[in-house]
Amino acid sequence: MMPAATLFGLCAAVLIGLGLFGLLVDPRPLRKILALNLIGSGVFLMMGAIARRGADAGMGGDPVPQALLITGIVVAFSATALAVALLLSLFDATGSDSLDSPTESKDSADAGEH
Amino acid sequence: VTDWLNLALAAVVLALGAWVVLAREAFPAVVGFIAYGLLLTLVWVQLSGVDVALTEAAIGGGLTGVLLIGAVSRMRGTAAVARSQRPGPAMTALAAVLASFVTLVLGYCVLALPHPAPSLAQEVADNMASTGVGNPVTGVLLAFRSMDTLLEAVVLLIAVVGAWSLTPDRFWGGPPGTRQYADPNGILAYLARVLPPVGIVVGMYVFWIGADHPGGKFQGATILAAMWLLAVMAGLADLPAISRVWLRALLVLGPLVFIAIGLLGSATAGAFLDYPDGYAKRLILTIEFALMPSLTLILALLVAGIPKRPGAP
Repeated sequence: MMPAATLFGLCAAVLIGLGLFGLLVDPRPLRKILALNLIGSGVFLMMGAIARRGADAGMGGDPVPQALLITGIVVAFSATALAVALLLSLFDATGSDSLDSPTESKDSADAGEH
Repeated sequence: VTDWLNLALAAVVLALGAWVVLAREAFPAVVGFIAYGLLLTLVWVQLSGVDVALTEAAIGGGLTGVLLIGAVSRMRGTAAVARSQRPGPAMTALAAVLASFVTLVLGYCVLALPHPAPSLAQEVADNMASTGVGNPVTGVLLAFRSMDTLLEAVVLLIAVVGAWSLTPDRFWGGPPGTRQYADPNGILAYLARVLPPVGIVVGMYVFWIGADHPGGKFQGATILAAMWLLAVMAGLADLPAISRVWLRALLVLGPLVFIAIGLLGSATAGAFLDYPDGYAKRLILTIEFALMPSLTLILALLVAGIPKRPGAP
């Protein structure tokens, strides 16, 4: 059997691919945020696998990448929170979560005013 | 046995990841993402990253989950509009090819990693005595790579400022979100009375133990923020108006103390964020105690979102 670091490293590679696919094909912004988080966690997992490989000096993994991972997870959360705040503001302002160019919705808004 | 456990864990994580991307409706996708975050916690334990596991459980599974569930329930019934904007089969196939290619290249890189693996663990072990703390991850976060942690605290603060800046003018200065009401005899109100005393103790313990064992301020602050949000959701407490001076002072307290100690290092130890000999542990604890309230407030406010009601006149 392969070591846990290799197994989860390969798992991370698949997760990044899955997230990238979702980010590209799904037009719904909330799903794009989810997909981006999937890519992010895949990158973290790959770094975690690399940290595990660096186990030395009685430690189960290299503490330097592990500490950077904690920083990364927290920063990813703050970026997600900001993205959700932007999305909800868009939703409150337009009543839709569409990211399409505003020409169409602007036309319909004009039509509504006249 | 561990090998099969890991294999099963990887299979379930991948299945949930695929579910998050492919589920038709947003709500099941978000629920899948939360389960995915919790399972990742187990993966981190298997990779000997207990500190990372705690962070993933608290933030990746917990706070992000609350945030996304809140967003998805606010936007019910909008999916039909966007579904018509899906790319055609050719574009979908092209995206699948590109994503597969990225996966293959990354997979190849994982298999081609050098042996023996480069590691800074020995160097960290050799220098831990100078920091006075016992948990190597805390040592890296607050001594060897403290610049990263300072910038992280500042990024969190900027995220709050960014979210607040989306507030419509008429609600500026009001409390975040809408006032929550729940059945005072319901299960939510019951949990919001029973859990916080335990949760606050656990949060402070995780914070305090972080100096020498897995844990620390981010994990502890997340637990405290979750307890606060629980009381808010049950209608037992309310969030402060964002115009409150004490709130803003506490938000910047942690980063300011961190920067001040950094400057102290420039004056006494010769480098920004360097600690004078013999004072490392005291200064690290000072930074952690100052960051704790700031992080708790920032994490709770990021989940709570922007003001939806006017402030008190």
